[in-house]
Amino acid sequence: MSFPWAKHYEPKQPLMRWLDEKLPLPRLVYGAIGAGYPVPRNLNYFWNFGVLAGLALVVQIITGVTLAMHYASYSGGAFASVEAIMRDVNAGWFLRYAHANGASMFLLVVYIHIGRGLYYGSYKAPREMVWLLGVTIFLLMMATAFMGYVLPWGQMSFWGAQVITGFFSAIPLVGESIRIWLLGGFAPDNAALNRFFSLHYLLPFVIAGVIILHIWALHIPGSNNPTGVDVKGEQDTVPFHPYYTAKDGVGVGVFLLIFAALIFFSPNLLGHPDNYIEANPLSTPAHIVPEWYFLPFYAILKSFTADFILPAKLWGVLAMFGSILLLFFLPWLDTSPVRSANYRPKLRIALVVLLVDVLILGYVGGAEPIARNVIMGQIAAAYYFAHFLIILPWISRSEKPVALPHSITAAVLAKHGGTSPGHSALTTDDALTHNTALAN
Amino acid sequence: MATDSMVPPGEDPAPFHDDVHDPRRRDFINIAAVAFAGIGGVAIVLPLINQMNPSADVLAQATTEVDLAKIEPGQGVITTFRKQPLFVRNLTPKEIAEANAVDISTLRDPETLAERTKTGKENWLITLGVCTHLGCIPLGIHEGDNRGIFGGYFCPCHGSQYDTAARIRQGPAPKNLFVPEYTFNSDTAITVG
Amino acid sequence: MVRTISTLIGAAFVFVLALALFGTVKTTITEPTPESVEHVFHQEPADIHLASAGLFGKFDDRQVQRGFQVFKEVCSACHSLKYVHFRDLTKIGYSTAEVKAIADQWAIEQPSINPDTGEPATRKNVPSDPFPSPFANEIAARAANNNALPPDFSLITKAREDGPNYIHALITGYQNPPAALKREFPSFSTPPGLHYNPYFANLNIAMPPPLTADGQVTYVDGTKATKDQMARDVAAFLTWTAEPNLNARHAAGIAAILFILIFVFLAWGAYQNVWRDLKH
Repeated sequence: MSFPWAKHYEPKQPLMRWLDEKLPLPRLVYGAIGAGYPVPRNLNYFWNFGVLAGLALVVQIITGVTLAMHYASYSGGAFASVEAIMRDVNAGWFLRYAHANGASMFLLVVYIHIGRGLYYGSYKAPREMVWLLGVTIFLLMMATAFMGYVLPWGQMSFWGAQVITGFFSAIPLVGESIRIWLLGGFAPDNAALNRFFSLHYLLPFVIAGVIILHIWALHIPGSNNPTGVDVKGEQDTVPFHPYYTAKDGVGVGVFLLIFAALIFFSPNLLGHPDNYIEANPLSTPAHIVPEWYFLPFYAILKSFTADFILPAKLWGVLAMFGSILLLFFLPWLDTSPVRSANYRPKLRIALVVLLVDVLILGYVGGAEPIARNVIMGQIAAAYYFAHFLIILPWISRSEKPVALPHSITAAVLAKHGGTSPGHSALTTDDALTHNTALAN
Repeated sequence: MATDSMVPPGEDPAPFHDDVHDPRRRDFINIAAVAFAGIGGVAIVLPLINQMNPSADVLAQATTEVDLAKIEPGQGVITTFRKQPLFVRNLTPKEIAEANAVDISTLRDPETLAERTKTGKENWLITLGVCTHLGCIPLGIHEGDNRGIFGGYFCPCHGSQYDTAARIRQGPAPKNLFVPEYTFNSDTAITVG
Repeated sequence: MVRTISTLIGAAFVFVLALALFGTVKTTITEPTPESVEHVFHQEPADIHLASAGLFGKFDDRQVQRGFQVFKEVCSACHSLKYVHFRDLTKIGYSTAEVKAIADQWAIEQPSINPDTGEPATRKNVPSDPFPSPFANEIAARAANNNALPPDFSLITKAREDGPNYIHALITGYQNPPAALKREFPSFSTPPGLHYNPYFANLNIAMPPPLTADGQVTYVDGTKATKDQMARDVAAFLTWTAEPNLNARHAAGIAAILFILIFVFLAWGAYQNVWRDLKH
C-alpha cells in the first residue's frame, strides 16, 4: 500500500519470523500504524484527532462492557441498577462517569476530526472513500450515543426516546407504524429499553469494523496534509512510528487531562439534572433538550415552523437528516482541485462563518424557544444548507486559489527560512508567508 | 535500509543514523514517557478488575439469623447464607453417637463432631449445603430425602456420601461440608457470618 | 449538473426557512409573547459555600450528620430516601454500632413478609436495608399530601439545577408574594393549599414550610439550630446522599491529574526528542 519507499517489516527474532509466516498480524500493524506507514512530515496537531477518536472508542468499549456487568435493562429496575453502580459497585462511579463523559469526549474529538477534514479538503479525491466511511461512522456513533442515553432510564432518557422516535412519525402514511415498530409499543417501555441496550452493545463493534475500513481506505492514497499538496517523494514523508506516535502521545496526554478533569471534578457538567429523576411517562420535563452533541441538529429540526407543500414537522425531520446526509455528497459538491483551505481564500471565510454558524445552532438547540432564539436558529439553519449546497459548489468554481507550494518539503523548509536545493520552493513570497501563518 | 536516500535535501542526516548519538542519554525521555504510559495503563486496569468483586450491597447482606426454636431433634432446615444454601440440623443422640464412633484417622478430611459444632451444643450442626466436590446441593435436609449410606447427606450429582456430622466418607468430594462462622445469640438463635 | 441539483435543493431548504422566519417575525410583532410571571419573579439561589463544593471539596462529616438529624426529624415524615442504605451512614462518621441502633430505632419499619403466614408485614430495619419510604406507593403519598408527590431525596441535589444551593434557598425562601407581583400580574394567585416560593420553578409549591422555628431540631453536637443553619445542614446531607463517593472522587482526581500532567510533560519531551533534527 501507499508509497514504494515504505519500510518493510523485517522480524529479527525467530518467534516473530515464525509468527510472520503463519499469521502476519505484526506486519499488518507495522504497515498500518507503525514504521511502515510513510506520513507527510508537516502534519499539525489537528491530525492527532483520528488517533484520539480511536482511543475514545476503546475507552467506551472497555467502560461499557464493565458497566454492562452491573446494569439491568429492565424498565422497572434500570434506574436503580445505575444508582447501585454509582453507590455500591467497586469503582462503579468512576466507570459510569468515564462512560458518560467518554461519549462527550468521543463526539468532541470526532467533530474536530470532521472539521479538520472539511478545512484541509481531506474529503476530496483521492480520499472520497475515507470520507464516506467516516460519515458512516459518525451516523453509527449518533445512533449509539442516543440509545446509550436512554439506558439510565431517567426523565431525559425516556423523553429523548419519545421525541427521537417521534421523528419517524413525520413520515407520511407509514410513519406511526414505523414508530410503534421501533419502540415495540405505543410509548417507550421495557421492549424499547431492551432493544436499545442490545443495539447499544452491538453498534460500537460495528463502528470498530468500519474504522478498520476507514483506515484501510486511508492507507491507499496515504494521509492528507495541511498544504493539501500530494506527496512527491520520500523526502516529503516520515515513518508514522516513531514520529507521529510520539506526537500523538502529546495529544493523548492532553485528551486525558481534559477527560480526567471532567470525570473527577465536574462529571455532571454536560449532563442534565432531569436525568437523575426516574422516567415518568406521565410528566414531561419543563425544558427538554438532547445532549450537547445533538444540539445543532436539534436546532435545525426546531427551525422549520412553516408548512410549505409538506407539513413543517416533515420539513424539520427531512432537514435534520439531510443536514448530516448531505455530507455524503461533499466530495462531489466541492469541485476545486485545491484541497487545503489555506490556499482557498473564499472558502476559508465561508468555513469560518460555518463554524460560527454551527456554534449558534448549538446554542439555539439548547436555548428556550423565545422569538430571538428562533429567529437566530432559522437564519443559522439557512446558512448551514446554503453553505454546503450553494456556496461551496459555486465557490469551488469561481475561486482563484493562492499559489500552492511546490511540495510538502518545500513548504516546510520555506517555513523555517531554509533553502531547498533542487526545488524552487514557492511561486510567490506571499503564498509562502500565508502558508507559514496558517499551517503553524 | 538505504539510509542516505531517506535524508531530505538540505537537512542534517543525523536522525536517520540512530547510532551517531549516545542512545542512553538521547532515549531517556522516550523510555520515561513510555514507562509512564505503562504505569498509567496498569493503574487504570485495577478498577476494571476490582469492579467484578462483590459490591457493597452484596457484602452488606453477609449475615443470616436463624431461629432454632422450632427445629426438633432429627429435623433440619434449609435457609440461605450469602445466597448459598445453609443446612441447620438438630442431631439426635443416635446420630451424635454414630458420628463420634468413627475413627478419625480413617477420614479423608479428619475432624471430630466436637470440632464442627459449639461446645455444649453438639446437637446443632450448621453447614453450608454446598457439596465440596463441584457445588451441588446434597440431599438429606428435607424430610424423606435420600440421606445416603452414612445417614447424613448424599450428593446425587456425583455420588458423594456424607455422614451424620456432614463429613465426607465416600465419593469424589475432597472436604467435609463447610462450617461457616456463627455465634449463638441465645439458646435458640444463631447469627451466621 | 451536481451543482444545479444541489443549488435547487439548497434553495428549497433556504426558501422554507425564509418562510418560517417570516412567520416568526410576523408573530413576534403581531402577537408578542407576554412576559411570564415565572420569568420575572423566579429567583436564583444564593451560594451557601458547602465544604463539598469546589475542586478540593470534602464533606464536613459533622455538618452532614447534623443534616441527617434534620432529615430524620423533619423531612423523612414525607420524603423517601430509597437509594440510600443505613449502612452508608458509616461513610459520614457513624460507627457500625451507631448505624445498627439508628436502623433499629427508625420510626418507619421495613416492608417484609410474615415468615409463618406469608402475609405482608413489617420488621425492624437492619443496616443493610434501604431507608424505608414513608408511603407505600405513589397513590398513598398523593392521598396524604393534597395530591402532591413528595419527591425521593436520594438524588435531589443532582436532580435540580444548582442542587445544594437550591435546597437551602427553597427551604428558607417561603414568603408572601411581593407587591410588585400583584401589580404586574393581577391574575397570578397562589391556590389554596399551595405556598408562594420564588425559588420554586412555577412559584407555587405544595410543600408547606418544613422549618418553621429556630430550635426545631436539637442538635446532638450543640450547634445552634437556626432555620438557616438547619437548611444549610440538610443541603449538605442531601449533597452527600446524591454523591456519596465525592471525597474519593476528588482525591482520585487530584492524583490522576498530577499523573497525567507529568505524562504530558514527558510525552512532550519525547516528541521534541524524536523530531529534534527534522524540520516540520
